[in-house]
Amino acid sequence: MATRISIPTALRQYAGNNSSVSIEAPTVGAALKTLTAQYPDLGKHLFADDKLRSFVNVYVNDDDIRYLDGETTPLTERDEISIIPAIAGGNAKD
Amino acid sequence: MAVVLKEPSPLTRPQTLLDLIGNTPLLSLQRIAPDLPPEVEVYAKAEWANPGGSVKDRAALWMIRDGEQRGLLRPGMRIADATSGNTGIAYATVGAALGYQVTLAMPENATPERKRILRALGAELLLTDAQQGMDLAIQTIRSLVEREPDRFFYPDQYNNPANVAAHYHTTGPEIWSQTDGRITHFVAALGTSGTFMGTGHRLREYNPAIHLSGVQPDGPIHGIEGIKHMATTTMVPGIYDPHFPDELIEVETEAAFAMARQLGLVEGLLVGISAAANVVAALQVAHRLTEGVIVTILCDDASKYLSERFWDEACDDGMAGAGI
Repeated sequence: MATRISIPTALRQYAGNNSSVSIEAPTVGAALKTLTAQYPDLGKHLFADDKLRSFVNVYVNDDDIRYLDGETTPLTERDEISIIPAIAGGNAKD
Repeated sequence: MAVVLKEPSPLTRPQTLLDLIGNTPLLSLQRIAPDLPPEVEVYAKAEWANPGGSVKDRAALWMIRDGEQRGLLRPGMRIADATSGNTGIAYATVGAALGYQVTLAMPENATPERKRILRALGAELLLTDAQQGMDLAIQTIRSLVEREPDRFFYPDQYNNPANVAAHYHTTGPEIWSQTDGRITHFVAALGTSGTFMGTGHRLREYNPAIHLSGVQPDGPIHGIEGIKHMATTTMVPGIYDPHFPDELIEVETEAAFAMARQLGLVEGLLVGISAAANVVAALQVAHRLTEGVIVTILCDDASKYLSERFWDEACDDGMAGAGI
């Protein structure tokens, strides 16, 4: 099954202008790695030294993965991943 | 014999809150980069000394006064804008002091500290979907103002020349006077660009040779609140002239975080993240020089960011992590 990853407005320019991308993966980390393999320009905005950058928040449904199992958080059917900039002003139009 | 310290200057006369905006101290940063030669001096404006706690008090006061003078803001009207940060606090502070109510739209993921400060100052908050960021907040406030134009004054800090004028008439002359006209380099982050454009224009009038460095994050999403990446933004502020800076310096969020920690440890200065980014860039400039007087802006202090996780990260990244 594919998990839908929604992309924040500011990063869509690096993801083929898509507002969401569907990816099959067992964990959040694997889903994000597949996403950045598909859209390499997205990589440096999400990861530094192979770690999720501290100002990038990733949610599975309504939960921040920091309070789940981080990047090893398993994905089940109908889960949705959201990438949300940590600061409210951090998008293209602030 | 007891140590004799310099006695404080006597306080002069009663002041209003608005009299406290501007005329901020210029601090000498002496310990953050001990490898600099004494001929390279680095100074920073302590903008948290403004009553609302940030550099944004200057712009808010000037935009509100300008609105009054032009008849756009009249008694009984509300000040309305989209802002998640210091500008909102500045509107709420100045608004309360002048008797205006304030309505602010912001994404729901604005920090709890900010929302509490704004509510304590009486501001009405319209919280919008976090994924849509400031886009939706701006749309929300614009449609509110369009529906009832006689009820709201919309300063629109990104496009309001009074934002630039505030710094042209206050920050610029202050820096010139506080350095006895010796400033050679000015370094400031670009958000609305008001601080950079206004201060820079005034300094260039005093001395056309003054070098101007704009500071921006390294991409469109980042952790440096209040500043923007001009190269990728879809909405360049109307008050910004991309040909005006001599250079743009990109600062990684991680370097700004490291510098914020380092400034606390070695200078005793707990500053906000954009202030720390400014110091990262100012020290990059400083390390290129054999002599010069560099001035940057400490936009606010750390009080609104203390809940962020980066303060707890190990400081062994130190100067290397700060990219200097």
